[in-house]
Amino acid sequence: MSSETTHIHADGAAHEEHDTMTRGRIWKVFFILLGITCIEFIIALWLAPTYHWPSHWINPIYIVLTLFKAFYIVAYFMHLKFEKVGLALAIIVPILFIIGLILVLTNESHYWIDLRL
Amino acid sequence: MSTAVTQQVDEVKSTPWSGGKSPFDVEYGKMMMWFFLLSDAFTFSSLLISYGALRFSAPTWPSPSLVFQSVPGTSIEHGAPLVFVGLMTFILIMSSVTMVLAVEAGHRNAKKEVVWWMIGTIIGGLMFLSCQALEWNHLHSEGFWWSAIPNAETLKEFWQHGANVTLAQQQMSSHQFANLFFTITGFHGFHVFSGVVINIIITVNVLLGTYQKRGSYLMIEKVGLYWHFVDLVWVFVFTFFYLV
Repeated sequence: MSSETTHIHADGAAHEEHDTMTRGRIWKVFFILLGITCIEFIIALWLAPTYHWPSHWINPIYIVLTLFKAFYIVAYFMHLKFEKVGLALAIIVPILFIIGLILVLTNESHYWIDLRL
Repeated sequence: MSTAVTQQVDEVKSTPWSGGKSPFDVEYGKMMMWFFLLSDAFTFSSLLISYGALRFSAPTWPSPSLVFQSVPGTSIEHGAPLVFVGLMTFILIMSSVTMVLAVEAGHRNAKKEVVWWMIGTIIGGLMFLSCQALEWNHLHSEGFWWSAIPNAETLKEFWQHGANVTLAQQQMSSHQFANLFFTITGFHGFHVFSGVVINIIITVNVLLGTYQKRGSYLMIEKVGLYWHFVDLVWVFVFTFFYLV
């Protein structure tokens, strides 16, 4: 039993050694983040004013791009992709409460604007 | 038959949660840093969601491309939206990269490299803070502050020509904008400031050889998590204050 445990541990360590942030990967993630920011700038400075895109189009695009950036920072720079699944779930699942707050306050703000108009 | 049963029992007992080993396989301090960051994420979310709710419910809002169209510290006063904040975003992403490179050097126990990358990260943090000071100073010189807004003549510049908005509406939403902007970027800036202080302390420790004696540069990873979180929050502040 004890030899089996050490075997699993050794396996885990070897796996981690293999699957981590190399310098090449760090720069790759950097260029992805920079690229997404450039796309946001192109939309904000050129596409939206030239083609008169309405804000209810571009705002969801900005939010999706922001969530992509957030994923790359958390998964690669903060290394969460290479941690145990249990730890990743313990961090990510509570974030779902924030979605609840967004839904509640969006609903509430629609009520506020009706009060004001 | 009896050996098969024993093997089955043994198999059940070797899951990550059956005891005898850490199921998360992560050092205590690093896990606590994660949980602290989770609570901090809730704080920033509450601030940003309140901002969203107030902005949704306002009949009008000062246009970000008109409020942030200057490059503070230069003579460019008009017509350059997103340029300065783009620079700030680039500085912060860059300092995140130097931070991961410090962590990577720590894995190889390369003390000298860790020190240089940490110094790079600290310089990036200080540059970001200087930019934010210029940005705040610029808005303050226009008349914005907590509960303070510019006069009616200046306020007009923050709306597109021909916008059908009354002065009262402009003043109300500008008040909300000023309070939310200074509170949220201030809270973020304070995080950057604490991050720089923590990074300096850790760099001094690296120079003193504390982590070399300890045999592991895990501490760099922990402060790295905090630093990346500051970058992560900025990504959201940038989107919701400057783009949307």
